[in-house]
Formats: sequence, C-alpha cells, structure tokens
Amino acid sequence: MNFSEVFKQSNQLCRVSPDGKYLATCVQYRLVVRDVNTLQILHLYTCLDQIVHMEWSSDSLFILCAMYKRGLVQVWSLEQPDWYCKIDEGSIGLVSSRWSPDGRHILNTTEFHLRVTVWSLCTKAVSYIKYPKACQKGIDFSRDGCYMALAERRDCRDYVSVFVCDDWHLLRHFETETQDLAGVEWSPNGCVLAVWDSCLEYKVLLYSLDGRLLSTFSAYEWSLGIKSLAWSPSSQFLAIGSYDGKVRILNHITWKKVTEFDHPASINNTKAVVYKEVERKPVVGSADLFIQQRITMGSTLFNTQSKYEICPLPVQVPVVKPDLDRANPKVGVSSMAFSSDNRYLATKNDNMACVVWVWDMQRLGLLAVLEQTSAVRCFQWDPRRPRLALCTGNAKLYLWSPAGCVSVQVPAEGGFQVQSVTWHCSGDSLILLGKEQLCLVSHPCR
Amino acid sequence: MCTTSKDYTGAIEHLFMFLDAPELQNEAEDVNCWWEIKDTSCSSSRYRISSLRQYSQSSVLPLPMTRNPYTMPTISAFCTEDNVSECISYINQEVSSLGFPLLCTESNNGPELNLVAVLNNVYNLLQLHRRCLQTVEEIEVEQVKSNSNMDYLQLSNTRLKDQLELSKRENTGLLERERQLQLKVKSLHNCLKNEKEEVQKLQSIIASRATQYNHDMKRKEREFGKLKERLNQLLIDKKDKKQTFEVLNYVGRSDGKRSLWKTGKTEARHEGEMYKTLLNDYDSRHKDLLMENAELKKVLQQMKRDMVTILRPRKPSQSGEKHDDSLEQTSSEEDEVCDSSRESLELSCEHAREQLTNSIRQQWRRLKSHVERLDSQASLVGERANMNAIPKEVHEEEMDRLKLEIQQYKDFIHTQQQLLQQLNSPCDDETASLLNDCYMQEEKERLKEDWKSFEEKRKNFEAERKNFTEAAIRLSHERKAFEEDRATWLKHQFLNLTPFGDQMKPQMSKSQSALSGCAESEVRPMSTPAKLNKSLSHTAFSTSRASPAKTPSTADLYRTHCLIPEKSPSTIHPKQDSSILRNGDVPAQLRHVNGGANCRAYTFTGDRNGSI
Repeated sequence: MNFSEVFKQSNQLCRVSPDGKYLATCVQYRLVVRDVNTLQILHLYTCLDQIVHMEWSSDSLFILCAMYKRGLVQVWSLEQPDWYCKIDEGSIGLVSSRWSPDGRHILNTTEFHLRVTVWSLCTKAVSYIKYPKACQKGIDFSRDGCYMALAERRDCRDYVSVFVCDDWHLLRHFETETQDLAGVEWSPNGCVLAVWDSCLEYKVLLYSLDGRLLSTFSAYEWSLGIKSLAWSPSSQFLAIGSYDGKVRILNHITWKKVTEFDHPASINNTKAVVYKEVERKPVVGSADLFIQQRITMGSTLFNTQSKYEICPLPVQVPVVKPDLDRANPKVGVSSMAFSSDNRYLATKNDNMACVVWVWDMQRLGLLAVLEQTSAVRCFQWDPRRPRLALCTGNAKLYLWSPAGCVSVQVPAEGGFQVQSVTWHCSGDSLILLGKEQLCLVSHPCR
Repeated sequence: MCTTSKDYTGAIEHLFMFLDAPELQNEAEDVNCWWEIKDTSCSSSRYRISSLRQYSQSSVLPLPMTRNPYTMPTISAFCTEDNVSECISYINQEVSSLGFPLLCTESNNGPELNLVAVLNNVYNLLQLHRRCLQTVEEIEVEQVKSNSNMDYLQLSNTRLKDQLELSKRENTGLLERERQLQLKVKSLHNCLKNEKEEVQKLQSIIASRATQYNHDMKRKEREFGKLKERLNQLLIDKKDKKQTFEVLNYVGRSDGKRSLWKTGKTEARHEGEMYKTLLNDYDSRHKDLLMENAELKKVLQQMKRDMVTILRPRKPSQSGEKHDDSLEQTSSEEDEVCDSSRESLELSCEHAREQLTNSIRQQWRRLKSHVERLDSQASLVGERANMNAIPKEVHEEEMDRLKLEIQQYKDFIHTQQQLLQQLNSPCDDETASLLNDCYMQEEKERLKEDWKSFEEKRKNFEAERKNFTEAAIRLSHERKAFEEDRATWLKHQFLNLTPFGDQMKPQMSKSQSALSGCAESEVRPMSTPAKLNKSLSHTAFSTSRASPAKTPSTADLYRTHCLIPEKSPSTIHPKQDSSILRNGDVPAQLRHVNGGANCRAYTFTGDRNGSI
C-alpha cells in the first residue's frame, strides 16, 4: 500500500475523471488537473471565485466548476486549455449545477427551484424546465444516460417527468400517488423508476419506464418512514432504509418484501462476525522507544494505533439515544450501498453511528459488523471487488473484505483526518480526503 | 336364688362377689382358699356358714359404713335386743309392701324368720342397691359429661360469638372499602369519560388542525407558486442582469452526430426506443425466469424419481393386499404421468405442468402417508417393546452377570498387559527395574494381605482355643465335683451296707441338690455296671472309672456342645471323617489320625492345655 504525498484541496472537491486518467482538485478558486499515476499537474485553471462544486463530464473532456453564490458556472476543456465557457445565471440565482449524461449539456437549477435551465455546449439552445421540485433527489439520470426523471410539483400535486436526454424530449409525464414526493431513482437497468414519499409517510412507488405503476410498497403507517433507498447493481433488489432502523429488501419480480434486516443493539447472530476496533496507546516512558518511533513513524507518533479484534457473541453495540424533539433526528438507516458484485450490502444506522453492518445478499443475513471507536463518516465499495473502505474522521483508513478487516494508519504529516474516501474506478487506488488535504492510496492491501 | 341350705355357701359366695371393695375381695379369696382347704379336710357346713356369717358380718358391714355413712347409723339404731320381733314384723311389712316375699312364715309358735327368704331379700335388696348405685354413678358420670359438654359448648359459643363479632367488623370494613372503591371507580369512570371526551376533542382538534394545515399548505404552496411565477416573469422581463452564456466555440456532440430537428418522427423514435429497452428488459427477465423454471422442473423431476425409487421397494414389504393394489395402480399411473411429463418437459405447456405438479403432489402425499405410517408403526413397535419389556430383575441379573464378566475380562487384560510388559521389559533396564520394583511392591502387598488374613485366622483360632480351654476348665471343675460326688456316693454305698444308712440320707440329698439334674440322672446308671460301657460311648466325660480326671479332646467338646452330631467314634466312617476334615476341624483330624486312640488324644490335648 503506497500513500502519496498530501495535496491541498478545498471544499472536499476532488474528482477522478470517469476514464480514470485524471485527478481534478479544487484549491480555493483554482482547478488543478493531475495525472492519476504520476500525480503531476497537467492543467491549472483559474476560476472567478471560490469553487463550490466541480464535476467531470462523462467523456472526461470537460470539467464544470460552479460558484453558487455568484450564480456562475465555468467549464474547462482538457483538450483545449484555452477554451472556455462561462454561464451566468444572473439575478435568478443558482443552487445546483450538473452535467447531463452526454457531457454536452449543463443543467442548472435556479434559486427557489423556479426552473431548471438546460444549457447546451453544442448549440446555442437553452431549454427551461419549469416546476422542478425541491426535494432529496429531484433529478435522476438513468445509468445508460438515455433518460432523465424529474420530480415536479404543480398545484400541490407531485408529478414525474421522464425526458429523453438526447434532445430533452418529454417522454412521459405522470402524477404520482405521493403526499410529498422525496426522491426518484432509476434502477440500474433503467427500466424501473423508484419514487418514494417524504419521511412522514412510508411509501415506495415503482413505475415502469413508460409510466405504468408497477407496484406500491408500504411497510407501516403513522411513523417516520423512508430515510434512504438503494438499488442493487443488478436491479434485482431494492433496499429501503427507514427511520425504524430496518432495511427492507424488495425483489424485482413481485416487488414484495424478500427480507428485513434489523439493526439490533445486541448482536447474537452466530453467523455474523463482529470486528471491534481497539485502540492501542503508544507506550510513553521509554525514551529510546519514543525516539525510535519518532523516526520511523513520523507524524503518526501522536496518533493512537488501532487494530480489529473479533468479539465473542453476544455483543452490545453502543446506541445513542436520539433527541426526538429536534428536526432530523439521528435515527434510522441513512446510508446503504451494495457491493459491485451484488453479494454484499453495507448499511449504517444513525443511532449506532460507530457501526457499519455488512449483509450477505445470498444468504440474506448478517455477515459482519464493524464497530469503530468513533462515528463512521463515509463508506464506499470498491467498484471492482467486494471490498469496503470506510473512514471515521481520524488518521486511519479501514478496509473490510470477506477475508477480514484491516485498519491502516495514514502516514501523513500534520494530523491528516480522513473525512471521506473515494475509490478510483479501477479499484486500484483510493482517494482520501481530509479537511484541507487529500492523499492518494495506490494498491491498497497489496 | 337361694333355695336350700346347701346352696348357702354358693349364695354367700355370690354375695361376696357383689362386694367390690378390693381389700374385701382379697379377703374373700383368702376365704375361698381357706374354704377349699377346709373342704378337703371336710368340716360341717353349718360351722362353715356360721363362721362365714360371722366373717361377713364383721367384714360386710363396715363396707356400707364406708360407702354411705348416712344410712348405716339408722340401721344400728333401728334394731335392738328388745324390739327384734317388732323389727322383723316391720321389715316383713315393708318388704311385703315393696313386693318381696315375706320374711316370716307363720308357724304355731308365732312368726318364724325364714332364713332363705331373708337371704333372698337381702340379696335382692343388695342387687337393687347395687343397681341404684350403678345408675347413680352412671347418672353422675352423665352429669359430669353433660357439665363438661356444657362448658365446652359455652366456650365454643363464646368463641363463635367472638368470631361473629370479628367477621361482622370485617364485613363492615369490607363494605366500607367496597363503597370507597365504588366511589373510586365512579370517579375513575368520570375521569375516563372526561379523558375520552378530551381525546375526542383533541382528535377533532388535530383533524381540524390537519385540514387547516393542509389547507394552509396548499394555499401557501399556491401562493408560493404564484410568487415563483411572478418572480420568473419579473426576472425574464428585467433587463439589467440577464442570464449570459459565453462560450469560445461550440463543441461537437459526444456521439459525433449532429442534433436532429424535433419532429413527430423523433417522438415516435423515442417511444420506439423506450419500448425496445423495456422489451429487452422483459426479454432478459423472461429468459432468466425460464432458466430458473427449467432448473426447478429438473429438480422436481429428480425429486419425483427419487420418491418413486424410495417408495417402490417398500411395496412388497407392505402388509395387506389392498395397499399393494392401490400402490401398484398409483405407481403405474405415476409411471405414465412421469413419462408423459418427461416428454412434455420441453413443451412446458399448461397441461404438462399441471400433470407434473399433480404427480409430484400425489407422490408427496404418498410419501407423507408412508412416513406417517412408518412413524406410527415405529411408535407401536416401541409400545409393544415396552409392553414386552423384560422384567427388571432379569435385566439387573443380566447386568450383574455382564458386569462380572467385564470385570473378569478386565482382569484378564490386566494380567495379559502385565505379562506383555514383563516380556517387553528386558529391553529397557531402567524400566525393567522399575517394573520389577513394581512387581516386588505388588508381591509385597499381596504377601502383606496374605499375612493379614493369616493373622486374622490365627486370632480366630486363638479365640477358639481360649473358649475351648475355658470350657475344658469348666468341665474339669465339674468333673472334680463329680468325682467328689462319686466319692461321697461310694462312701454312702459303702456306708449303706453299714447300719448308719438312715443317718447319711439327708447328707446325700444335699450333695445331690448341689449337682444339676443331668448329673443326677448320670449318677443312677452308674450303679449298674452293665450300662456303664454304653454310657462311656455316649458321654464325653463318662470315661472308665479307673481313668483319672483328664481334659477332654476338642471333638468331644464339640459333641458336648452339640456342634457335631453325637456318634460313637468307632462308627464314624472315613467319608464322614473327610467331610469333617473339609470343614477345617483340625482337632478332630488330629484325633482320627490317631486312629481313634482316645487315651492318647486325651493325653495329647491335655498336655497342650497344660502347656497353655
């Protein structure tokens, strides 16, 4: 495992190009493009203001940099460094900007969600889509980039519009049976659109591409409902995480519940392995050892070492009792991710912030539990292998695979605290993002 | 009761029987004894009666005095020497008035006291008196009983009263509590009602609020929408800061094509593409399902085949022809179905599928019933086994036997192991020595044990010998006494021939009494020399007169103590000897080895005794 030197970044803006060749980072108002392998700067672009959002186009030829406060979007080309494009949304404001899947259009959402402006880089054409809904996930493109689903709100009713991304032709427009639509998400094969209601009502609606309602699922009523939703890469399963701390898995044939994964405070499932992170404080007192450590370990000296131990069952998982009077209580399954081979599902329940649960989707049961010493910030599956990387906001990187668990100290100067991890699309390297820095890890676990 | 003067004695005796004072009865017994003695010595009845009368007057009269002292003084004052006749007439009168027979018989010289009648009357009176006393006593007892009963009843009455009081109090307490609880219930009911009302109110409030909220939301949303619209319009109308789009030069499409005009055609194309993707998806899904179906069908077929093969061999073993028939029928059907389904597996048409599932279901049912039958059979067999269970004792016996066998085999194995070790040991000197040590130790242990057992045996023998010597000593003492007696007897015999025989007699009897009865009986035959030999053979210590006092042999001792059957030494067969020997009778053996030479044996044992 090789750790690169640490680079500066701001606003956690660091993206690898979709083809995996470049690494773009933003430092204040500058955009730096590096080669992933050599990490040498290839291009350097200067924007008009501090960059808030940055995105690669799907063909890795353009980079979009958005400055929401100014309502500005700047696009840079890798092929032609002196090519430029600047979009000023003017006084209408800007809250979100993104590429269309073809990498030739930019979708800007204006303030108050007045409209979505579609700017084309190919033609001068500008299209407006009115009444977009301000919600958790109002826009979703299908995986193949053909269709876009957009949640709309008109006359106190929710609608979904399906556009053909090619020429922004409105393919379907239908009303959904939701009280307050919270999000739309295409299945990976692009044939089914999952629509879910806001947290006040547990309701998932499944629409076919042609707008037919395939099924409706509701696990319970009169309680806080869905918090997160995830499709398995094969479109076979739809995992629904809810505020009751459970994950419900629907199948793609009958759209009925296959199973239910609970996140109990006491784990006594004999088939599950519980990995507990145990910290080892460095021995202070023997000066020689101290110096030796200083030499060998550098800045990691003041960081504590940690390792995983397998806990004998039953295990009590630390549970934080949420303050239910405040908005957005820390309960429920907030993040879920399927591994690329559909084998595993990783989940995190918010009132057990230190724990990541890994479920076996073949056995439909709990496989592993990772109990960290601090709250888990982010976890992501290796896009190629069944390998999960996670971070907890300290100077360590944690990796889980069916073979076991490992905790790696980041040997970076000055207290590198990993806030998020991103896999390179080849799965050969990892990008660790600190507060102001980033670090590339190549060949993890090799 | 008393009719003749001969019955007097009996009557008086009878009268005595009524006197229940213990001291008197004792005396009466004495009298009876005396009576019997006197009877044999035959004295006149008159005398006896008079004496009896005297006795009875002296003894009977004090009895009522002690019993009822109030009545007796009147009697003493009632009759005096002077007014006997008046008394008699008075009593006669009284007696007659009471319905008793008259005491006097009119004779020529005035009324004469009829003793028989008097006695009868007295007897009757006494009986009456007794009866009265008895009844009085009974009544008294009854009274006491009733008194105690009364006391008890009173006590229980008071207790019950107390209880009643208590329960009354409790009852009132409970009633009070019930009242309170009812009050509480009422208040709670009221509360509940209030709460319900409140809940209803709140629910209605909530509902109204919800509707209001929804309404407001909708209104606000509409307003928001209007505002948005207006803002949009304003922004569009406003000229000062418009949206700008600056681009150096337009880039080509990612697919390299030129964009197409929006026409009806494009719409149709989009629709077509959409349906194509959908169709593709459905196709792939359909394919997956088909594959899965085929797999499942294969599994089903295999399962069916397995079932058939499982069920077929059972067929002949089935008891009952009906079963067989049905089985054959169904199996033939099954085969048909199986074949047809196998053929139509690829077709997967509705009919074939139905057939397959039906056949599977049938098979399954049969398998289930078969398994159930087997289960029931197994349970039946189990019950039968329980019924026919071997009795416990037999079991235990068998177990014990087996355990014993196991122990034996273990021992065998142990010895074999030992032997093996002994065989193997020479290869290693140290272990060999160790083993040898072990064996030595074992040998020592064994010897010790043997020694212990020997010691025990020796002790037993010692104890026995002690007993025997004691017995011998006793016997010798007795013999001495006997000898003395014999001497005196001889002396007596000798003296009998002399004129002082009578004088010697009491002395003789004295010495006899000193000896036990058996000795006495023993003495008698001694007088006849003919019987002497016989007695010699019979008894242990009746040796020849000439032989001196010796300690007897153990065998003889045994015999005297009835330990071995009494037999003459000459008649003992060798076989019996051997049996005795086997019993470990060492002294007997000794004697018989000596060939029945009693004298020598005696001397031998005597010597031994002497030495001890």
